[in-house]
Amino acid sequence: MRVLVCVKRVPFTGGKMVLAPDSMALETRHLGFTISPHEECGVEEAVRMIEAKSGESVVLTLGPAEAAEQLRDAMALGVDRAIHLETDGSEWDPEATAAAIIDAIRADEAASGPFDLILFGNESADSGGFQVGLRVAGALGRPCVTGLKKVTIEGASVRCEQESEGGRDVYAVPMPAVLTVKEGLNLPRYPSVPGRMRAARKPVATMTPTQAQARLELASLVVPAGQGRRAEVLGSGPSAAPAVVEMLRKIGVV
Amino acid sequence: MGPTDRNLPSHARVVVIGCGIVGNSVAYHLGRLGWRDIVLLDKGPLPNPGGSTGHASNFIYLVDHSKEMTALTIESVKQYKEMGVFIESGGVEVARTKERMQELTRRMASAMSWGIEPVALVSPSETKRLVPYLDESIILGGFYTPGVGVVDSLRAGTLMRERGQSAGALAVAAKTEVLGIDVEHGRVRRVRTTEGDIEADTVVITCGVWSPRVARMAGTQIPLTPAVHQMIDVGPVPRFAGAKSDIEFPIVRDMDTNMYERQAGGDLEIGSYAHRPILYDPDDIPSLAQAALSPTEFPFTQPDFELQMQHALELMPEIVGDEKVGVKYAINGILSLTPDGMPVLGESPDVKGLWAAAAVWVKEGPGTGKAIAEWMVHGESEIDLHSSDIARFHEHQKTRAHVRARAAEGFNKTYGIVHPGEQWASNREVRLSPFNVRERELGATFFEAAGWERPQWYESNAPLLEEFGDRVTRRTAEWESRWWSPIINAEHLAMRERAGLFDLSAFTIFDITGPSALQSVQCVALRQMDVPVGRVVYTPVLSPTGGFKSDLTIMRLGDEHFRVVTGGASGMSDRKWFQDHLPPDGTAQLTDLTSSTTTIGLWGPRARDILATLTMDDVSNDGFKFGTCRTIEAGTLRVLASRISYVGDLGWELYIPMDQGLKLWDLLWEMGKQHGLTPCGIGVYGTTGRLEKCYRAHGNELETEYNVVEAGMTAPRVKDEDFVGKEAHLRHRQEEPAAIMCTLTVDDHTSSTGEKRYMLGREPILTHEGKRIVDRHGRGSYVTSAGAGPSIGKHILMAYLPPEHARAGAALSVQYMGERYPVTVAVAGPTPVFDPENLRIRS
Amino acid sequence: MAPVVALIEHADGKAFDTSLQTLAVARSFAAGQAVHALVLSSPIRLDLELGRNAVFALANDLGHYGVNVAHIAEHEALDSFAPDAWAAILGQLADQLDATAVFAAGTERGNEVMARVGARANLPLATNCIAVSAGDPITLTRQRWGGSLLEEARLNSTRPLVTVAPHAVPIETTEAETKVETFTPQLKEQELVVRVIEHVAAAGGGVSLAEARVVVSGGRGVGSKEGFAIIEELAGLLGGAVGCSRVVTSAGWRPHTDQVGQTGTKIAPELYIACGISGATQHMAGCKGAKRILAINSDAEAPIMLNSDYAVVGDLKEIVPAISKEIRANRGHAG
Repeated sequence: MRVLVCVKRVPFTGGKMVLAPDSMALETRHLGFTISPHEECGVEEAVRMIEAKSGESVVLTLGPAEAAEQLRDAMALGVDRAIHLETDGSEWDPEATAAAIIDAIRADEAASGPFDLILFGNESADSGGFQVGLRVAGALGRPCVTGLKKVTIEGASVRCEQESEGGRDVYAVPMPAVLTVKEGLNLPRYPSVPGRMRAARKPVATMTPTQAQARLELASLVVPAGQGRRAEVLGSGPSAAPAVVEMLRKIGVV
Repeated sequence: MGPTDRNLPSHARVVVIGCGIVGNSVAYHLGRLGWRDIVLLDKGPLPNPGGSTGHASNFIYLVDHSKEMTALTIESVKQYKEMGVFIESGGVEVARTKERMQELTRRMASAMSWGIEPVALVSPSETKRLVPYLDESIILGGFYTPGVGVVDSLRAGTLMRERGQSAGALAVAAKTEVLGIDVEHGRVRRVRTTEGDIEADTVVITCGVWSPRVARMAGTQIPLTPAVHQMIDVGPVPRFAGAKSDIEFPIVRDMDTNMYERQAGGDLEIGSYAHRPILYDPDDIPSLAQAALSPTEFPFTQPDFELQMQHALELMPEIVGDEKVGVKYAINGILSLTPDGMPVLGESPDVKGLWAAAAVWVKEGPGTGKAIAEWMVHGESEIDLHSSDIARFHEHQKTRAHVRARAAEGFNKTYGIVHPGEQWASNREVRLSPFNVRERELGATFFEAAGWERPQWYESNAPLLEEFGDRVTRRTAEWESRWWSPIINAEHLAMRERAGLFDLSAFTIFDITGPSALQSVQCVALRQMDVPVGRVVYTPVLSPTGGFKSDLTIMRLGDEHFRVVTGGASGMSDRKWFQDHLPPDGTAQLTDLTSSTTTIGLWGPRARDILATLTMDDVSNDGFKFGTCRTIEAGTLRVLASRISYVGDLGWELYIPMDQGLKLWDLLWEMGKQHGLTPCGIGVYGTTGRLEKCYRAHGNELETEYNVVEAGMTAPRVKDEDFVGKEAHLRHRQEEPAAIMCTLTVDDHTSSTGEKRYMLGREPILTHEGKRIVDRHGRGSYVTSAGAGPSIGKHILMAYLPPEHARAGAALSVQYMGERYPVTVAVAGPTPVFDPENLRIRS
Repeated sequence: MAPVVALIEHADGKAFDTSLQTLAVARSFAAGQAVHALVLSSPIRLDLELGRNAVFALANDLGHYGVNVAHIAEHEALDSFAPDAWAAILGQLADQLDATAVFAAGTERGNEVMARVGARANLPLATNCIAVSAGDPITLTRQRWGGSLLEEARLNSTRPLVTVAPHAVPIETTEAETKVETFTPQLKEQELVVRVIEHVAAAGGGVSLAEARVVVSGGRGVGSKEGFAIIEELAGLLGGAVGCSRVVTSAGWRPHTDQVGQTGTKIAPELYIACGISGATQHMAGCKGAKRILAINSDAEAPIMLNSDYAVVGDLKEIVPAISKEIRANRGHAG
């Protein structure tokens, strides 16, 4: 089978959001980058599927030249090859992103055959648009199930489990399909050193898509005012226990 | 007591800025030595404020070629052990190449010189037994130090703070950022922080990679640069499953690939100094809030680690090649690099009361803290810190460009095989003497001293090799031939037979003038300085405990005018020492003439003949006595001539304004031709000429750890006037010396392969049977200087020996490159092996 | 004048708070235009469980939140969630009304349905907004990074699709005359391909993290899988649920279902006890709904302290058992 997983390069943020001087992006000078967390599970799932069923896994990203780092990260975990839709690093709105990915998928499928599954993260960690996967699915005319915590291939269809009120909702859709997944789907492996070394030699196809006119345009970013609470220190060490219990009683928890 | 004392005091005896391993150690030791009202600050939280201590790999290798660094490390280990935060794991430095195997024998020698036992060279299979997950087929052997271990540096810091706090000596304030350091009349007055101001006239900057930023607040520099050290953590390692402690197997240093691998609980940590130098500016370091991890843990840059993965895989395929063992953690850790690889310690030469202890790694942290505290409290540390003294830097060496250039060049030498004569390639030709143009024409090979380009030898002298034939020893071993030429020895012989011309521009020269000038020089010089005008005095400068702070010459040029001449390497710290001992009332001044005055050395039996052709002045033995100086006319030039010698031959140091230096050189050159004047490099001045005369050199023979009596430099009487170290010196004169400076010669240079080998210095001197020689103060004997003595036809070694061995004719041995060579004590004490009566210089 | 339309999610005869919050934003955007609501209902399930009247009552009640017309869409296929069907119905209603904007709550389903509406109609969607102003272009403020960052954006669309960030804006009540209408959607077979075919109830026992009144969470500072015993003990004594940070799930110490955070569960307990958690933005995005936070941390200056109400400084491995012991002791006295 063939599985495509689409990932986004996002900064690895710490305890505080700091903006770049133009307020159009986070200040990332001091930050590392990672694959958006839901998509890390997507990569792991794609690798496991191919380990189980054989075939080919492909990772795709739309992002700046530096996003090649995330493609290598995915290949270090076992993905076979990569497609890099290279941008100048500016923000692409979800529609433009989806359009470029749709074109790339069509081109790749024309050359190498259809993907049985295309995996996305349920939403990106940074912009959180919740829609690129669904737009891609819509354009390709394939069923799409979102927010998955469990995926099981059963013959020509795929059983999908999604967390819902009090349990899990189950879907079953025929392949080819598009799935958006969430963290918790699996526990992604760490890349092994041999995996990392192999990743350096795996092929990356780089292309430069044309950006469609954005209809959702970022104007500026704002760090929300903090809640401004400064903790009341109830004590230090185990001797603080009575004060804690007193507080618990006051707020009616015990 | 909480980790942080609220309510910052408004006054303090001393403010220590930075709660890394160094700051904690300094604060603790200051309290231990009796200081009170110590305030220790950090802008970060405790116990891990976010500096390099927090992400350090925390392992400690004991052996370093630097005596100073080894001493600091040994002291640190002692303290870590006492605090119960040291786990001994052992460590093996492995060699993949023959060159490295040779280097490991040098490390063995350094271990013996500095007294680190036990150590052993181990075979590949023995290495495998120690580290069973290593592929022994790719190594040639290893250097095993069982005493290597791992420390918990954060815990150590906490313990030291707690001790200081419970002794009532120390107040600690975390999350307190320094905003400014107020300096008034050249002295620290106050530290301004986010939590209020603290009045203090002593401040210690122990801010690691932030130190330059904090120093800048006081208007001065701490020359270091933040640099990346890459580290990854792989696991879980099946072999380490169920590990009972953080480390159970020896730490491996894969020296040829500039990497290390150590067990860290169930994981393996792999670190590298192999990648391209990645330097940052101190201003690039993010705030705590901006940083995703800690401010000094930068995002990992995978492409810089590609080759290192290959290397780790080669050495430890069982673990690193395991597909189930993953890279769990990877960072670009930030640490401090300095232009010469040594720490930055001591009081700023620019701001009184402002101290620095920076570019110190975990392995030497507590030892450094103790040494700095001793220095602050007693004026001197037990361990000689001259190589780390912040005052050592010349102005150009403090520039950002120089620091970065040298740090970048030095980074990949972290595990490198560094030859003792090795020269820096970057940022050269900063200081050029007026003769540089001539020296180039003569094919000089330039070595650097204090930024000056100094000829080490001249290719134009190659024909002398033929002239002197067998009297010039050739070297066949590549190691000893590196940074060396037999021409040096030929130049030496030409000087001894005729005359040599030396470029001595690298001297640091400063004048002390004013009504209190005499009193000022008197109080730092061991020798009597109240001498007639026109006298030149060579004098040791003592530390408070009577060790050697420096040695230098002082000319009395007037009643209130002294000229101090010292070497470039120690010039800046000597200048600070004199500056610090000027009277506070301004009745004596120090003026630096280094860049306005140049010096030419003219020595050899024909020196007088040459000088006489240049001048109408009386330069006869009676007319210009040894040990005197005066201004003479040489054509249109007025030259300050000083009749002393560091090479043991008749002659003068000729001082001349820099702009007229070339003219003087050309005159000497022209007039010297007929007398066989030969340009001679520093190879003669610093090594062969000096060693034949057994002249002691600062940093080699002369250190604070040895005294005047031991060095054999005792004068018949001690002057009545007070001077630094007098009390100790008087005591030393009453004591039996624990060691005596001796000159030895090598009896047989032949190695087991039949090749002649020549020691270069710092090798252990052993008994004839190969046992370590240790004096009653626990100081081991080692070669302080080594070099050829072409006139005596022997290779000369200098070493301190305990009295039982310090007698002419004693048969001992020296360990070099894994073999022992027989040596004999030629002279115990100051008598030179060449011209013992000193007839030449007085002729 | 053309209206705006908002999707109302509901269960057990009650509209979700998140949908009522959405109405506040929709009304503000409408600025006088009519506000229409869409309530989806399945006759099959209603017969069995609720009764049709309850849905009508719910729809009628939307007048308190400014809804002028409530459309109840009934379809047999709606007995189980079918997101494409929901999207089709919402799209059809919007077309029929010529809606100037479509709103839904930024819940999982709200976002999903709206994304499908956008994909079907080729319209842009702005998710998790907290304010939207009409105009050309439309200007809006939306959440990024799970609410840790806000974005000012321009939306160029004739029919903006907007979801409203949950629990970020207050519910506003008003009095409007509500007309309840039924709406009969047309559904194609392909719109029912993606539908819930089964609901697996969560394994019984324990308190659900999302619903718990008290959550006791552990982070990196807990140190190991086994270290969670003391966290579990305290949670048990308080009748609460156990949570953890992302570091903990990545290390495999706890299942992902315990993870509180932007990519884990978002919680809103009376009291959140964070033990050995530094307070990275990724984590705070999950627990900012907590009414009160108690942080137990060895680092008195950890970021979480800036977002907590109470703090105990020190080693959680000593403090947490001490609190459990104290609670037991007090109970002993009481009993």
